[in-house]
Amino acid sequence: MTLTLAGVGYRYAGASQAALLDVDLELRGGEVVGLAGASESGKTTLCLVAAGLAPRAIGGLLRGRIAIDGADIDAWPMHRLSQQVGIGFQSPANQLSQVAVTAFEEVAFGPMNLALPRDEVLGRTWGALETLGIVDLAERDPRRLSGGQQQLLAIAGLIAMRPAHLVLDEPTAQLDPQGTRLVTDALARLAADGASILVAEQKADVLAALTSRTVVLAAGRVVLTGATEDVLGDPRLPELGVTPPAAVRMRHALRGAGVDAGLLDEALAGA
Amino acid sequence: MARSDRLSAVAGHGLPDFLGRTGPTAYHRLNPLTKATIATTSAVAAVAVGGLIGPAVLLALAVIAPALAAGVLRDLVRTSVLLALPIAISVLVVNLFFYPEGQTELFRIGPVVATAEGLRFAVEILARIMAISGAVTLFYLTTRPSDLVIDLERRGISSRVAFVANASVQTVPAMVERAGQITDAQRARGLDTEGSVWRRLRGIVPIVGPVILGSIAEVEERTMALEARGFTRPGRRTLLWAPADRPAEAFVRWALLVGVVALIVVRLAGILP
Repeated sequence: MTLTLAGVGYRYAGASQAALLDVDLELRGGEVVGLAGASESGKTTLCLVAAGLAPRAIGGLLRGRIAIDGADIDAWPMHRLSQQVGIGFQSPANQLSQVAVTAFEEVAFGPMNLALPRDEVLGRTWGALETLGIVDLAERDPRRLSGGQQQLLAIAGLIAMRPAHLVLDEPTAQLDPQGTRLVTDALARLAADGASILVAEQKADVLAALTSRTVVLAAGRVVLTGATEDVLGDPRLPELGVTPPAAVRMRHALRGAGVDAGLLDEALAGA
Repeated sequence: MARSDRLSAVAGHGLPDFLGRTGPTAYHRLNPLTKATIATTSAVAAVAVGGLIGPAVLLALAVIAPALAAGVLRDLVRTSVLLALPIAISVLVVNLFFYPEGQTELFRIGPVVATAEGLRFAVEILARIMAISGAVTLFYLTTRPSDLVIDLERRGISSRVAFVANASVQTVPAMVERAGQITDAQRARGLDTEGSVWRRLRGIVPIVGPVILGSIAEVEERTMALEARGFTRPGRRTLLWAPADRPAEAFVRWALLVGVVALIVVRLAGILP
């Protein structure tokens, strides 16, 4: 299962400038790819384009080619595409269906919309709740959950659609540290289970913990791409609006002060 | 973590037992459409039948007796009286003092005269108002709105209509919460929401604006989240459960509808007083 973007450009309806320019990106099955960059660099736009919501839901002009396993998805309606690529957003509350009285019904909402057989809906819903470790929330009112719990619930709702790929737009941006840990732990477990995820993320430590590959955007273009370790260690990172992880910053600081950075690596390895 | 995961895996794969629970008493467990029909027909009948005894009998049979059976009489009295109070007071004042055919003087406050005919008319209107607000409150206290929507969807209304109906009901608490937050935020910036009526009215503007605009701003993201979950797929969707219905209940619903139509016809033809 591979999601491919080739030479993709996108301009929002009514905008004079393109929000994405000539983006090439490949998301293979079982791979977790990070998407970093300053605010307004095009992370959210790329998420919307990769999930097919732009232009399907919000209009605008798309260039280039998006394919799943080589098949062009241009003509696919959203409900078909949503079974291949699931997308989650920043705001936990805005992703709720608004009609579910319990978390269980919230997760079942997608499979119900797909008109799957009832037993299939029930099985998928229990399965998604288990995968996210939130079975004990099943009876709770979704609106009364914490932000972190709502975000887990939203991701469970996506997983119940059984997409081959997940696209998550800064899933921890509006969460407190505890909620952030809850979500990153869950994503790490999903990744370990072989899910393929494209995750936009500002927090370098989260990128380091989750992703194997990272793409950095600036002004709608891919400016840096490669193994997450290399990208996060790249000296250009701060000027691209991404704060490197604490360990990288410390190494740079030590080197700047004339201290042998090898000592730090030894100390880290020893710890 | 690992242990709780393993425990939760035992949770089962059927319909969870908390879904499909429709209430503690037999009246709660009636099909939502039956309860809606009882509420609507008794409200219409109270208006059609007129007089004092008709609405009083209706109130006793269609509101108070079921409320007793459902164990919600206390809540019902409190809610329906609060619901009816503003209109009841104005009906009483207007008719007591300004009933056009009022002849018999009861007492007099300055130039206005309270009449016995006015009082009698006001009490008749009040009986109807109480029957209506009682019938509506009884429905509200014994039925979750979402159950009625699920039932209607099972009967064939479109998923979209069902969604809109359900979302409108469910969004009300969220809007109230948001209004509260905005009120606090505006107060923190010096907005005066207390004091004279005029001041309070002026205070509403900077609160209502953000409540409405904020909801509109969210629409795009909410719409996309719905689309991402297959909402725009045409055709019927799967329902996990639906409230039970019985042939006897269907018979009762039709009987009530026929009864209330007959009552209206009889009243219009002038057969009853």
